[in-house]
Amino acid sequence: MERRKERIDRGIKVRAGDVFALCSWREMLYLLAPRLIPVLGFLLLPLILDNYWQKVLLSVAAFALLAISWDILAQSGMISLGQALFFGLGAYCSGVLTHVFGWPPLLALPVAALLGGLLSTLCLLPVLRLRGVYFSMVTLIIPLMLVRVVEATKIFGGTEGLSGIAPLPSKWIELYLIVGALLAALFGFRRMLDSDYGLVLKAIKDNDRSVINAGINIYWFKAQALFIASSLAALTGAFMTHVYMFVGMPVFALDYSILPIAAAVVGGPGTLAGATVGAVILVPLSEVLRGIGGLRIVFYGLFLVVFIVALPEGIFHYIQRKYHQFERWVEVQ
Amino acid sequence: MGAGPLLALKALYKNFGGILAINDLSFELAQGELLGLIGPNGSGKTTAVNLITGFVKPSSGAVVYRGRTISGLPPYAIVRLGISRTFQMVKPFYQLPAYKNMIIPLCSPRVKQMAGGRYGDRDAVALDLLEEVGFERDAQVAYKSAAVLPQGYLKRLELAKAIALKPDVVILDELFSGLSLAEVASIVPIIERLRQEGKSIIMIEHRLKELFRIADRVVVLNFGQKIAEGRAEAVMASDAVKKAYLGVEA
Ligand SMILES: Nc1ncnc2c1ncn2[C@@H]1O[C@H](COP(=O)(O)OP(=O)(O)O)[C@@H](O)[C@H]1O
Ligand SMILES: [Mg+2]
Repeated sequence: MERRKERIDRGIKVRAGDVFALCSWREMLYLLAPRLIPVLGFLLLPLILDNYWQKVLLSVAAFALLAISWDILAQSGMISLGQALFFGLGAYCSGVLTHVFGWPPLLALPVAALLGGLLSTLCLLPVLRLRGVYFSMVTLIIPLMLVRVVEATKIFGGTEGLSGIAPLPSKWIELYLIVGALLAALFGFRRMLDSDYGLVLKAIKDNDRSVINAGINIYWFKAQALFIASSLAALTGAFMTHVYMFVGMPVFALDYSILPIAAAVVGGPGTLAGATVGAVILVPLSEVLRGIGGLRIVFYGLFLVVFIVALPEGIFHYIQRKYHQFERWVEVQ
Repeated sequence: MGAGPLLALKALYKNFGGILAINDLSFELAQGELLGLIGPNGSGKTTAVNLITGFVKPSSGAVVYRGRTISGLPPYAIVRLGISRTFQMVKPFYQLPAYKNMIIPLCSPRVKQMAGGRYGDRDAVALDLLEEVGFERDAQVAYKSAAVLPQGYLKRLELAKAIALKPDVVILDELFSGLSLAEVASIVPIIERLRQEGKSIIMIEHRLKELFRIADRVVVLNFGQKIAEGRAEAVMASDAVKKAYLGVEA
């Protein structure tokens, strides 16, 4: 006699497909909880946390945004190794707009997001036709090149960077701006990926020939996805410029490229929620590990490997499955 | 334009790094015609389709559609002019239900243009199109994931994706390969219906018996060259075809 595990959708999940079948508050709660918990969590945390952990929360939200941006690109068939490019361009745009042109930060932010997204898209437009690792290599190289350009031309403060940049009006505006941006991006772009438009993007990743064969200009769609994703990352960069009140060469650092990928992979790519969960776990973990000094990166790396081996589907997919299905052992002959 | 052919291949050559896959190929497709394109494996049939649809650029020669040279246009632009094709290797989106696979072609600018500027309810149109190609509506086959559908349905899905684009020319690359006789018999009426609607069709087939029953004319390729052209019986009687295609010494 053999045993195998059987997974069955919870009845409520099946019925929840049809809105009219919902009758009790329990069922409503079952549906709403996955949305309510992150929303309430992110909105309430700034009120509960102390100063230090508020900064960590800010960092979580920033990396979650970078990871969401990475995931949007990955869903459209573009594996970016250069989130730092988008982040850095946004950071410099906002820094220059406020420092050189004297714009108020709240106006500079959205403009820097769009401008940074536009510049990033223009940077990568010539290589949009490259596939797979060839595209990725270019995204990896460009931010490294830009660092040297800033250094050699001494543009925008050169190696010194621009400091004394105007901060956002208050700590609370800062916190709720980034948390609000994260929630809006998470739910908004999840919706986008579930729409027919998102289906086309995902189809380009799976089988671009079949999409071209539908008379669709995939390069136009990829450029749009690139603009959306890079604007999001540029917004994050612009935001951090005002948090640090500084912009300089470190904005193109590898950390901004690698950590978002780690977050998206650990959390589970393809849902944006996974990318967020990944950032929520990895960023505080990195803070906690700060205490152990030199071996920090080793522990961090070990944690990553264990997670990826143990839960290759990603944490979010795992939680989602547990939430919607129950398992039981059945006997098979 | 008037009496000219709908589609014409003019002295096409295609060189793949030394391999001459298409060698001086010319033929025409008339409005409303069903043309069979046959030849042994590797004779260049799929390459000819790729040349027409723009997936491959010719080394020299031209493809002319409605009097306009289309070789050199990107493939998506050629589709928008009304030429759609199926792929020999079906590659559906396996994780999606069959009808969601139809959303991609239904997002095509061609669909909007043909429907007078609007897309309509894509899910409903998808279900209608799938019913047309034999997805039984009662059995809810259209809602099944493409991963569990048998080959026969995947080929129909491929056909439905091509039809969704409201094409004037449909090119079917070995639609019948891998299908049972019964499955082929159930798809033939769909193709005949397309013809009655006035569509012009190029059919690449190895199933000669089924092809000859519906084709007006066939073109035979061997080593990238056209070795015969005409009505099916006449072509198959020619010595060159017997020798090249059937491996029979005349
Ligand atoms: N993209 C390509 N690159 C190199 N050679 C190719 C390519 N496509 C086809 N060929 C070659 O061209 C020849 C014709 O192939 P194909 O058109 O697929 O034949 P058929 O469809 O008639 O079986 C073959 O020798 C094949 O190897
Ligand atoms: Mg072929």
